[in-house]
Amino acid sequence: MTQKFENPVVELLFQLADDDYLFSYRGSEWLGLAPHIEEDVAFSSITQDTMGHATVYYRLLEGLGLGAADSLAHIRPAAERKNSILVERPNGEGCYMENPRYDWAYAVARSYIYTTAKKIKIDSLKSSSDQSLAEAAVKISMELYYHLLHWKTWFVQLFNATEEARNRMTKALEKVVADSGDLFSFGDAASEITNASLIESEQVLLNRWTEYVKPVFETIKVAVPTFGKPERNGRNGEHTNELQDAIDTMSEVYATDLAAAW
Amino acid sequence: MTADVLLEKDLQAQFEERIAAGDKIEADDWMPEEYRLALIKLISMHGISEIMGALPEKEWVPKAPTLYRKLGIMAKVQDEMGHGQLLLRVAEDLIKPLGKNREDLMQDLFAGRLKFHNVFHMATKSWGDAGLIGWLVDGAAIITQTNMLNASYAPYARALQRICAEEVFHAQHGEAIILALAEGTEKQKEMVQDALNRWWEALLFFFGPPSSDTTGSTKQDITIKYKIRINTNEELRQGFLSKYIPRIQSIGLTIPDPTLRFDEETQKWIYQQPNWENFKKIQRNEGPKSQERLKLRRTSYDDTAWVREALSAQIG
Repeated sequence: MTQKFENPVVELLFQLADDDYLFSYRGSEWLGLAPHIEEDVAFSSITQDTMGHATVYYRLLEGLGLGAADSLAHIRPAAERKNSILVERPNGEGCYMENPRYDWAYAVARSYIYTTAKKIKIDSLKSSSDQSLAEAAVKISMELYYHLLHWKTWFVQLFNATEEARNRMTKALEKVVADSGDLFSFGDAASEITNASLIESEQVLLNRWTEYVKPVFETIKVAVPTFGKPERNGRNGEHTNELQDAIDTMSEVYATDLAAAW
Repeated sequence: MTADVLLEKDLQAQFEERIAAGDKIEADDWMPEEYRLALIKLISMHGISEIMGALPEKEWVPKAPTLYRKLGIMAKVQDEMGHGQLLLRVAEDLIKPLGKNREDLMQDLFAGRLKFHNVFHMATKSWGDAGLIGWLVDGAAIITQTNMLNASYAPYARALQRICAEEVFHAQHGEAIILALAEGTEKQKEMVQDALNRWWEALLFFFGPPSSDTTGSTKQDITIKYKIRINTNEELRQGFLSKYIPRIQSIGLTIPDPTLRFDEETQKWIYQQPNWENFKKIQRNEGPKSQERLKLRRTSYDDTAWVREALSAQIG
């Protein structure tokens, strides 16, 4: 199990950083493979923004003396990562370089759920007791506005399109919901994080999310999902093997020489 | 006299006068079939090459060694997709009167009727290759594309304005990667020298054959005739060599051609001709990665067919 840090800001920053880092990685695997060219342009822009957000958090951690941002991003093993299970899941069968058989319905469902959850957290972080976190949240929310618009459009459109699309989306959403048990969790550090007024409590955020997505779920005639207790809690370093594979790919070049300038 | 009563012959003469006078042609203007077909071939190939070109670079996007490099290469490949979109929109207007659309272009690509640029059939084996592509392949692209900035077909010239501006950033991005490697450890230096050795032939291929004697065909004559471009393939290649050879050498790299020299008398670079048989193979989609890249595109296109159906069902 992962190390629990004394400072709750560090705990929370790792969760936020690792979430965006992995989510961006999964997005970058899609590059060049999206359903149409316009989507490739939009999706890769979102992916790039999200890597920017991860970078903001890793640099804050660097500022707190946790080590170089690049090192934090690249070489921490899976057991030290604090991202949610949802973002570490692969996009579908196959590796991104050889014969990827990715599932666009899954990409849309995951991105919609992840991005709405991120929106709720970012809004709360704007009033964080930690000044740098609050400032980061203000900046990030400007870009997040467009990400939300983008994924909401896809989510609603595909649910309300052909029967095949609806079936695929229903299946994909089930898969996403099954992995979302730790999405609003702060893991073992939850009470410290909330007590320090860094962000509101898990339950408050979850309730707010449910209210926030309700109108969208009404338009697709699907009940707002409820997330069960997580089988694994990524916030505590409990992960699938898929995460280590992702880390190995992302650090392939960096790890060849940790001291080199790249 | 209005256009519809003009004889085809007169239209052709009038069109040639416009070209000679440096006039710009718009999408809705009358144009000779030969001109339209040359533009379609050029622009659809350019557009689809930008999109296929994302695939070799994309391999290194997740692997970029730092957060900064990850952000840089993500932005770069996204730009390339954007160029593809911009150019395919230009091509779509040109193929519309022929009853064709973007779907036809994709099918032409899969069937081998529409080629993608020879440089994107090569393997990218290391991070050094990712840097070299940005620096020298985009550098080469700037040379061919700025040559068409004043193209007689206005929609293409306008797209190129924006594309060239972005390509300059790409070349800087590539150069920064290469400089970091060239100033780095012995292993990093080796990585960039290996990349140059691997890519040198592809860089010479980039500009196409010097004349149709070399490979049997070249489109350059017709594009020059209609003022779509200014210089020949060989002139562009010479321009590339003049610009980049000193830069390549100044960072301590060796160009893998011992015969390479600048001939003062002719003011031309003398270089070992690449094996143009390899070029012809690439043109038949038999290059090192041609089939793999096409398969990647085709599979992902097929796997997302349901999405495009869903979208059109909603519009309809």
